[in-house]
Amino acid sequence: MTTATGTYAPKPGAAPLPRMIAAQAALETKMLLRNGEQLLLTVVIPTLLLVLFGSVDIVDTGKGRAVDFLAPGILALAVMSTAFTGQAIATGFERRYGVLKRLASSPLPRWGLMTAKTASVLVTEILQVILLTVIAFALGWSPHGNPAAVLLLLILGTAAFSGLGLLMAGTLKAEATLAAANLVFLLLLVGGGVIVPLDKFGPAAQHVLALLPISALSGGLRDVLQHGAGTPWGDLGILAVWAVVGLAAAGKFFRWE
Amino acid sequence: MRSEPVVQVQALVKRYGTKTAVDGLDLVAKTGVTAVLGPNGAGKTTTVETCEGYRKPDSGTVRVLGLDPVRQSAELRPRIGVMLQSGGVYSGARAGEMLRHVAKLHAHPLDVDALIERLGLGSCGRTGYRRLSGGQQQRLALAMAVVGRPELVFLDEPTAGLDPQARRATWDLVRDLRADGVSVILTTHHMEEAEELADDVAIIDGGRVIAQGSPEELCKGGAENTLRFTGRPGLDVGSLLKALPADCTAAELTPGAYRVVGKVDPQLLATVTSWCAQHGVMPDRISVERHTLEDVFLEMTGKELRS
Repeated sequence: MTTATGTYAPKPGAAPLPRMIAAQAALETKMLLRNGEQLLLTVVIPTLLLVLFGSVDIVDTGKGRAVDFLAPGILALAVMSTAFTGQAIATGFERRYGVLKRLASSPLPRWGLMTAKTASVLVTEILQVILLTVIAFALGWSPHGNPAAVLLLLILGTAAFSGLGLLMAGTLKAEATLAAANLVFLLLLVGGGVIVPLDKFGPAAQHVLALLPISALSGGLRDVLQHGAGTPWGDLGILAVWAVVGLAAAGKFFRWE
Repeated sequence: MRSEPVVQVQALVKRYGTKTAVDGLDLVAKTGVTAVLGPNGAGKTTTVETCEGYRKPDSGTVRVLGLDPVRQSAELRPRIGVMLQSGGVYSGARAGEMLRHVAKLHAHPLDVDALIERLGLGSCGRTGYRRLSGGQQQRLALAMAVVGRPELVFLDEPTAGLDPQARRATWDLVRDLRADGVSVILTTHHMEEAEELADDVAIIDGGRVIAQGSPEELCKGGAENTLRFTGRPGLDVGSLLKALPADCTAAELTPGAYRVVGKVDPQLLATVTSWCAQHGVMPDRISVERHTLEDVFLEMTGKELRS
């Protein structure tokens, strides 16, 4: 095996930043969509819950059609599954397998990597929202409200869940992250107003649960989409606090190796 | 060829908790291939990772291509290639996909397909990382280190666990890099690798460089050399010893296997063969053993490298 001389002659240089970030975001998205466990969390579970509870009357969802209650909750669940659970597990294993370490010595700056991760989360969420919206419409969903308020809720929810997911991925062992992220997903699915209305819990528990990011997101989306409320400032405020605290803690405690 | 050093480490100290991994280490690496040689735990990886910008020195200075690896990391990173001791690849990525991705982060990358072919990874371009053999994973990591056409490549134990054929392929690539003007810093605990590849060898033990020089220079220094031959058992070693210069030793190690230790030069060889002629001995399998880096290391540290 021979190679012409000069093949390896140095010619260093970083690719333009937008190209690096786009390449990184594309790869991260591809890894996520290829991973069976991730797809189960981000696509299969939200879709099944929406179809099952939207067409069979299992949980008492109050007045009105079940899908009008469920669709906002399932959208909140989709955001949590991608920004929190999926991102925490994927990043935890990237850290464990030295991917974050290797990329740290590549021309891609760390903030570029985090930007790419966020872009990949957003792309996945867009795909989820499209899929779930189509299914909800097929089940007879009739949403109300201001789309801008919905967008704001989704973005702040993504920021809050990303901060918490990255905090977990950057501080715990990969296996611990895997277990904890799945457990939290399950607990918040039940106790965060996703498919079970919060008023099914006792009054004291209700007030505490309402402060969770998932409850703020599902509650806020439901206020707007089901009841046509204006901008839900209370829920946005709760999400903003989680986002600031989560992202700041992740920034401070995240360990790259 | 540039004359300024590619890596300059002065009085580097790095501690992890109470353990001092690197203890006042000085190292200058010039253009070419520099091997950092030492047993496990000597401080090789810590030193290299400090040069790569992963670790901040507790004290001392590190310059790589004239830059501070921590403060001027953004400037330095595109110019170096890094091969970690293990990992570094998405577990769900295919080999070719990962290499293509790293190529995309650089402005003028190598031809990815040619590099894959060159390293014998052609059959596993579509294979997931987890299903590659250890040797294939190593070669992929090597390819990722060179694909961006860096000026300087850091290879941490590049052939650990490779079979001889894969090791040859890695060595050939390092030689080609050198020929094309890429500088290489590699850590190893294989003497043979250092002797084969390096222009310069730095021997590290206990977090310090205890010797540095070309393999020839290091092997020349100090130690005695050895001459061996076989003949009929029970030769009179005492008589042989009288014929030899005063600082030599001679012994029959096992019946019929003789060893002379001393300054082995043409004169000594002639003395031994003429003594054999006088005693009617045919010195079968006569051999002169070059002093190896392994011996140098053993003398300096009292340790076996591969322990």
